[in-house]
Amino acid sequence: MKTKFIAALAASTALLAPMAMAEEMANDMTLVSWGGAYQKSQVNAYSAPYMEMHPDVKVVWDESSNEAVAKLRAMNEAGNVTWDLVDVVAADAIRLCDEGLAMEIDPDKDLAAAPDGTSAADDFGDLLVSDCFIPQIVYSTTFGYRTDLVGDTPPDDICDVFDLEAYPGKRALEKRPINNMEWALLCDGVAKDEVYDVLATPEGQEKALAKLGTIKDNVIWWSAGADTPQLLADGEVVMGSTYNGRLFSVIEEQKQPVAMLWDAQVFDLDGWIIPAGLPADRLARVKDFLMFATDTQRLADQAKYISYGPARASSAPLVGQHADLGIEMAPHMPTDPNNAKNTFLYNYEFWADYRDDIDAKFQAWLAK
Amino acid sequence: MSDLKSTGPQTADAPTPEDALHEAAAYAAREQVHAPGGPADGPVLAADGTPLKRSLNRALRRQKMRALALIAPLLIFVLLTFIAPIADMLFRSVENQIVSETLPETVVALADWDSEAGAPPAEPVFAALYVDLFFAEAQKLHTRLGTRLNYEKTGVSSLFRKTGRRVGRFDTDTYTDQITALDPGWAEPATWVAMMQNNGNRAALPLTARAWDRWTAYLASEGDDPAKEDIEDVLFTTLYLDLVATGGSGAADARIAQAAAAVGGFETVTLSEQFAAADKDWLDPEVWGTIKAFAPNYTAGYFLNSVDMQKTPHGIEARPENQQIYMMLFKRTIFMSIMITLSCILLGYPVAWILANLPTRTANLLMILVLLPFWTSLLVRTSAWKVMLQQQGVINDTLVWLGIVADDSRLVMINNQFGTIVAMTHILLPFMILPLYSVMQTIQPTYLRAAKSLGATNWTAFWRVYFPQSVPGIGAGSILVFILSIGYYITPEIVGGTTGTFISNRIAYHISSSLNWGLAAALGSILLAVVMLLYWVYDKIVGIDNVKLG
Repeated sequence: MKTKFIAALAASTALLAPMAMAEEMANDMTLVSWGGAYQKSQVNAYSAPYMEMHPDVKVVWDESSNEAVAKLRAMNEAGNVTWDLVDVVAADAIRLCDEGLAMEIDPDKDLAAAPDGTSAADDFGDLLVSDCFIPQIVYSTTFGYRTDLVGDTPPDDICDVFDLEAYPGKRALEKRPINNMEWALLCDGVAKDEVYDVLATPEGQEKALAKLGTIKDNVIWWSAGADTPQLLADGEVVMGSTYNGRLFSVIEEQKQPVAMLWDAQVFDLDGWIIPAGLPADRLARVKDFLMFATDTQRLADQAKYISYGPARASSAPLVGQHADLGIEMAPHMPTDPNNAKNTFLYNYEFWADYRDDIDAKFQAWLAK
Repeated sequence: MSDLKSTGPQTADAPTPEDALHEAAAYAAREQVHAPGGPADGPVLAADGTPLKRSLNRALRRQKMRALALIAPLLIFVLLTFIAPIADMLFRSVENQIVSETLPETVVALADWDSEAGAPPAEPVFAALYVDLFFAEAQKLHTRLGTRLNYEKTGVSSLFRKTGRRVGRFDTDTYTDQITALDPGWAEPATWVAMMQNNGNRAALPLTARAWDRWTAYLASEGDDPAKEDIEDVLFTTLYLDLVATGGSGAADARIAQAAAAVGGFETVTLSEQFAAADKDWLDPEVWGTIKAFAPNYTAGYFLNSVDMQKTPHGIEARPENQQIYMMLFKRTIFMSIMITLSCILLGYPVAWILANLPTRTANLLMILVLLPFWTSLLVRTSAWKVMLQQQGVINDTLVWLGIVADDSRLVMINNQFGTIVAMTHILLPFMILPLYSVMQTIQPTYLRAAKSLGATNWTAFWRVYFPQSVPGIGAGSILVFILSIGYYITPEIVGGTTGTFISNRIAYHISSSLNWGLAAALGSILLAVVMLLYWVYDKIVGIDNVKLG
C-alpha cells in the first residue's frame, strides 16, 4: 500500500514537473529603450498595463538603446546578458541578427494575431525586415522649418533645403551619410527609383557629396535627435532634419513657430529584439510580455503619447487622440496619406553593404 | 647618505639597505683603485664571513619580497581589472581568426590560387566554399564573417547573407539522388555513422570525413543525434568529390567501391555556377582576393587602415584620397591638445598665483570657485558653452546689442575648433590650477623679497626667481591636461562640429556604431603609443623628476 502510494506520488510529480517548469517565469525584466518621451510612451502603453495584470512583475528600464549594439556584443562576449528586451532601430536589429546576438522569432507563434484573425506575419507584413526584429513603430526622418524665418513662401519641396537663395540661413543635418546622400542625389536630378543604383557607384557618391558641398558652409551637423529641435527653437537654423516625433513635440507641445516639411521623408522602423542566450525562465517572461506589448491595441495606444505610426496595419484605425493635448493624432502620423505623398523607405540592404565605405568618404569630406 | 654618489634618487632620508649596497660597491671600487691586483684584497666581508655584497643583497631581496607581498592585492587587482582588459581590447587590433575558423576548407584550397591572375578560382575552391558555407550558415556564422569582410570590401556583407539563404537549396541534390539510387542504404544515417568509424574509409574519403566531423559536432551542439538526422546534400557532394578524386581506394565498405565504380557516369553539378546564380559577385576575383588577403590568423589590416593605408589583394596601398582621414585626425588631436594645454597655462597661471598669495581665508573661498565647475556635470558645462557661443547665443546677442558686430554677421564661435578649445580649456582648467597652486604655495615669498632688495625689477624677480621654481607645477599640470584632452570625445562631439572633432570621436564611432572593434583597437593602440612617446620625449627634454603635484 505504502509503496504504491509513493509510486503514484512519484508518477504524479514526474508528470507535473515539466508543466511546472514550462510555467515558470522570471519576475524581473530589464527593458532597454531610448529614454525621453519615447520611452515614456512605451511605459504608458505597454509596461504599465502589463504590470497591472501581473503585479508581482518588476520592470526595470535601461536607457541604453543608443549604444545597445556595442553593449550587447560586450555582454555576449562576457557571457552575462542582463537585458531581456531591447528597443533598437531596424538597421541595428539586422546587424544584431547577423552577429548572432539577437534571437530569431517566429511571428505567428510569438506574436498575437490581429483581432480580425489576420496572422501577425501578415499584419506586420513587409515591416518584418529581419528574422529577429519585432517592429513597433514607423518613424520618419524629415525636415522642420521656422515659419517666421522663411518669408511668405514656406518650403514644400525637399530641394528647398539646398536652395540658399530662396531660404538663406543655416540648416541642421545629421552627421552621417544615410538620408543626406539620398536627398542630395534626388535634388541633383536623379530619379527616385535610381537613387541607390547611382549611390552604389563612386561617381554617384562624389555627385551626392558635391551637391551637399553647395550648402556645406551653412550646415550644422547634429548627432543627437534633440539637437535639431533645440536649434530650431533657438533660431540657430532655418530648417533641419530630425525624427518626426521630436518635431511634433516642438510644434504641438512647446508651441514653437515651426512647421513640418514632409516631402521626401525617410521611413524607418523601431522595434524590439530579444537578446540571444537568455535562460528559460527569463525568456518565458519576455515572450509573455512581448505577446501582450505588440498586439494591435497596445501599438495603437502608443500613438496616444507620441506621433509615431504603429507598425501593425490593424492598429492604424484605432489611433485616437493625444492623451494630454486632446488633438487627433492621425494627421501627425508620418504614414498619414497627406504626409506620405513622397516618401523613402530606409534601404537596409544597401546601407548594410555601403555604410562603412560611404561613411569613410563622408567623414573625410566633412573634415576637409 | 654618505658622500658617495648614489645611482638614483633616494626618496627617504633614512639609510636603506640600498644605500649600503651602493656604498659597499663604491668601497670595493675604491679598494681596487688603492691596491690594484693585490691577492689579499678580497671583497669586503660581513661578520659571518660571506661577502658583504651578497649578504646585503639577500637582506634587500627579503625586504623587496615583503614589499611586493604588501602591494600584491592591489597589483593583482589592477592587473586583472585594468591592464588585462586593456591588453585584451588592444589585441583585437591584430586578431583575425574569424576567416580561417569560418572557412577552413576554403582558406586551404585558396592557397594555390593566384590573386593576380584576374580570374576567379577553380571548381575545387568553390566546392570547399560550399562545404564551409553550409556549416557557417547552419551556425549563423556567415553573416558575421560577411560583416567582418565588408570592412575591407564593400558588398561582401550582402553577398554572404544572400548566398547563405541559397546555399541549402543548391542543385547538389543531384548527387544525393544518384548515390542513393545505387544503394538505398546511403540514405540511412546509421550507414554513415558506421562508415565514418572505420579509419580505412576515412582515409579514402578525406573531405567527407572532415565534413562529417563538422556535421556531428554541429548536431552535438544542437543536442541532436547523428544517427537520427537525415544526411544533407553537402555530405553526398563531398562523397562524390572524394570518389572522383581518390576512386575510393583503400575503403573498407563494399558500398563505397560500388559507388566509386559508378561516379564516372554521374550527372555533375558545377558549383561555381551555383554560386554565380546566387550572386554574380562570386565570379569577381577581388572578392576572392580579399578572402585570401585576410585568411591569416593575424593581420596588419586594421593598423594599415588606421594610418590611411589598406591591405588589398595586390599588396599594401594608400587608401583613396577621398577616404583618408585618420592621419589628419591624429595630427589635429595633438595640435588641439597642445593648444588647450597652452591656453590652460595662460589662464591658470595667474589664477594659481593669486590663490597662492592671498590670505588663506580668501584663497579658500576662491578655491571653491575653481572647484565648483569641477563638480558640475560635464554635459551641463558643455551645453552651457553651446548656449553662450552659438550665433543666437549670449555672447553674440551682447555684441550685437553693444553694436560691435552687425546682426547679419554674427560670429561663428561654436561647431568649430574655436568652440572645442574654449569648452575644453574651461573643463580642464582645474587640472592645471590645482598642481600649479600647490607648487606655488611651497615657494617662499622671501626669495622674491630678497631678489628685489638686491636690485631686481619686478619682472626680473618674477622671471629669474619665481618662475623657475613654479616650472614643476606647469609640468605636472601640462601632462595632466594634455593626456586628458588627447582622449576626450564627449565635448568635441557636442561642440566640435566638423573641424573640431578628435580621433577619439572616430574610436567611439567604431566601438559603438560601426562595430569595427579591430579598427578601434588599432586606433587606440596608436593613440596610446603616441602618448607614451610624448611622455618619453618630455622626460628627455624636461625630465620627469621635474614634475611636482605639491
